[in-house]
Amino acid sequence: MARGTDVADDPVPDTARPTDEIVDVLIIGAGASGAAVAWSLAETRMRILCLEQGDWVKPADFPTNGRDWEARRYADFDVFPNRRARDTDYPINDDNSIMKIANFNGVGGGTIVYTAHYPRMHPSDFRVRTLDGVADDWPIDYWTLEPYFAENDRMTGVAGLAGDPAYPAHQPTMPPVPLGRTGTRYARAANRLGWHWWPSDIAVATTEYDGRAKCINLGHCTPGCAQGAKASVDITYWPHALRARVELRTRCRVREITTNERGMASGVIYYDSNGVERFQPAEMVIVAANGVGTPRLLLNSASGRFPTGLANSSGLVGKNLMLHPWPQVFGYVDEELDGDRGPQTVMWSKEFYETDPSRGFVRGYTLQFSRGTGPANEAITSMAAGRLPWGRDHHRAYRALLYHRLQIGVACEDLPEEHNRVTLDPVLKDSSGIPAPKIDYTLSENTLRMMEHGIARATEIQEAAGAQNISCSRTVLNSPGHLLGTARMGLDPERSVVNEWGRCHDVKNLFVVDGSIWVTSGGVNPTSTIQALALYIADSIKKRLTTLFD
Amino acid sequence: MSAVEDPEAELTPAERRDLRRLAGFMIPASAEYGVPGADDEAIFTDIVRSLGRDRNDVRAALAMLRQIAGGEFADLDEASAEAAAMALLSREGPVLALGRAVLQCYYRDDRVFRSLGREPRPPYPKGHELEQGDWSLLDAVRVRSRMWRDVDGTGN
Repeated sequence: MARGTDVADDPVPDTARPTDEIVDVLIIGAGASGAAVAWSLAETRMRILCLEQGDWVKPADFPTNGRDWEARRYADFDVFPNRRARDTDYPINDDNSIMKIANFNGVGGGTIVYTAHYPRMHPSDFRVRTLDGVADDWPIDYWTLEPYFAENDRMTGVAGLAGDPAYPAHQPTMPPVPLGRTGTRYARAANRLGWHWWPSDIAVATTEYDGRAKCINLGHCTPGCAQGAKASVDITYWPHALRARVELRTRCRVREITTNERGMASGVIYYDSNGVERFQPAEMVIVAANGVGTPRLLLNSASGRFPTGLANSSGLVGKNLMLHPWPQVFGYVDEELDGDRGPQTVMWSKEFYETDPSRGFVRGYTLQFSRGTGPANEAITSMAAGRLPWGRDHHRAYRALLYHRLQIGVACEDLPEEHNRVTLDPVLKDSSGIPAPKIDYTLSENTLRMMEHGIARATEIQEAAGAQNISCSRTVLNSPGHLLGTARMGLDPERSVVNEWGRCHDVKNLFVVDGSIWVTSGGVNPTSTIQALALYIADSIKKRLTTLFD
Repeated sequence: MSAVEDPEAELTPAERRDLRRLAGFMIPASAEYGVPGADDEAIFTDIVRSLGRDRNDVRAALAMLRQIAGGEFADLDEASAEAAAMALLSREGPVLALGRAVLQCYYRDDRVFRSLGREPRPPYPKGHELEQGDWSLLDAVRVRSRMWRDVDGTGN
């Protein structure tokens, strides 16, 4: 590898601050993208270190081990860090955002608490300027990523069914999750309307896979899988990466990336598990801290040489935040359905995914069909929505809801807008004194029209399924934690933060591999594409080792 | 941003009395369904023990209840107490947190679980059975032509 840094040049050293031994590659964040890039680079035999601010989550710690499993999704396994408030979390000021920020800090990152719904982006998602005249095209396309999608599917273990006419051909690695009673009800309704549907690609093991046990329908994929059937990266990529001698240090919170007099990254300053401030030198730094954590870190790494934040000569670090507005439409039928007795998601419809100008908006959305929910959560969410009364009629009303729910999510593509952004909060700080991220986010007219169209179509299919008591929840509680776009990829250094293979335009030994680099958001859950991108960037690094920093 | 738990903010004896009476109005016992009310001793003990992150909101809701009652909620006659309870429960804000605190414990009680036809146990390790469903319904979709957009006219 080319030698791009020299820690002796580093202006930061402080004799009072312990300095660790230099590593070749330093990865910040052990979530979906950090795990994938660590595993892929391990074959180079470089010394690779990953710093993660959270902990390992032991299978015995997951909520489905105990009788309070539903309550814990509103406590230590809440997807919203401001409520979860573990000591490994950082606060987020999202008061000025219609959508809240969901995440998880720990080995596995957001994959610990994701639904494992695992669609790929579509080919058209990479060409929105060319096809629809909005936003920008990506500098790469679906076919560039196709081999990495396949490699990622193999590493992750994906249940699904080949032959979906909404996608280019691909072969999931395991059979799909059962349709169940709920999926059958949806499917009949979709066929009645003549709409597309297909069993979802889901990162859940439906057979034993790579040492993981198969799904036994615990039903609560989101707050972690005690069975280990859900493919969170702590049990997919990380065991392989660790066996290949990648080092992973937990409870290490990075404060800033340092640079030397040549403008190259020289390492990071972080707080270790005892709260001691340390310096970790590195030849190359890869940021994998998600679409909020990454811009926060780059902005907090401002220096005399990089006064507006590291890698921010374009002024775009933190801007163009995309969050995937996700209305939910609920209905209730007279038949007992699956409820919480199976994986949460079952199938998708791409009927309204591609642009149709007659609809009054560009781009589109996925309809994501879910099973129901558990006894306590049915009561809590129905109480909040006004479906469940208190008092004498409570029991009768409740029994008409539990296990009778159809729940359809509308996964909308929101387009990049610079005023939707992550900045550093001037007041709020985390427990280490690092400025917290502040979120400003509004919905565009195009997005609002798309949402209303999707809500109307989801209502239509609810009615076709015979549902009654139909209602909709539009935004606040439906934030999926898809944090995208805040260090965008592109060929033009004035209009992007990283180049077409993830290297920062301004700092040639600094890479970003998480959802920050997305140019547009598509209308799908992003994890599959985030990980394919991370593998592609890792491969790009491996192919250029001798000229990497030129 | 939401507030996090303040471990010092324990309920006072008066707040506990009010909360227990309120819980009985929220979810009353039912002979028809064979279930206790949310003011049942075991369930109420679980509620108080599990307030956690909702404790401050629950206390705020109980303060609102006393305001609505115009004094001690515990001293009201049955009809007035029920009216005050329902007036409180029609509000939002901290009342939603109070509702969650009650429901998350009520709907994990063994007796309530059994009344719903469900074994009182955690999901793991036994899991659940899930039927396959009717896959023949997919035949109608399999015959559809390609839906994804051709980006460059070459079939890619």
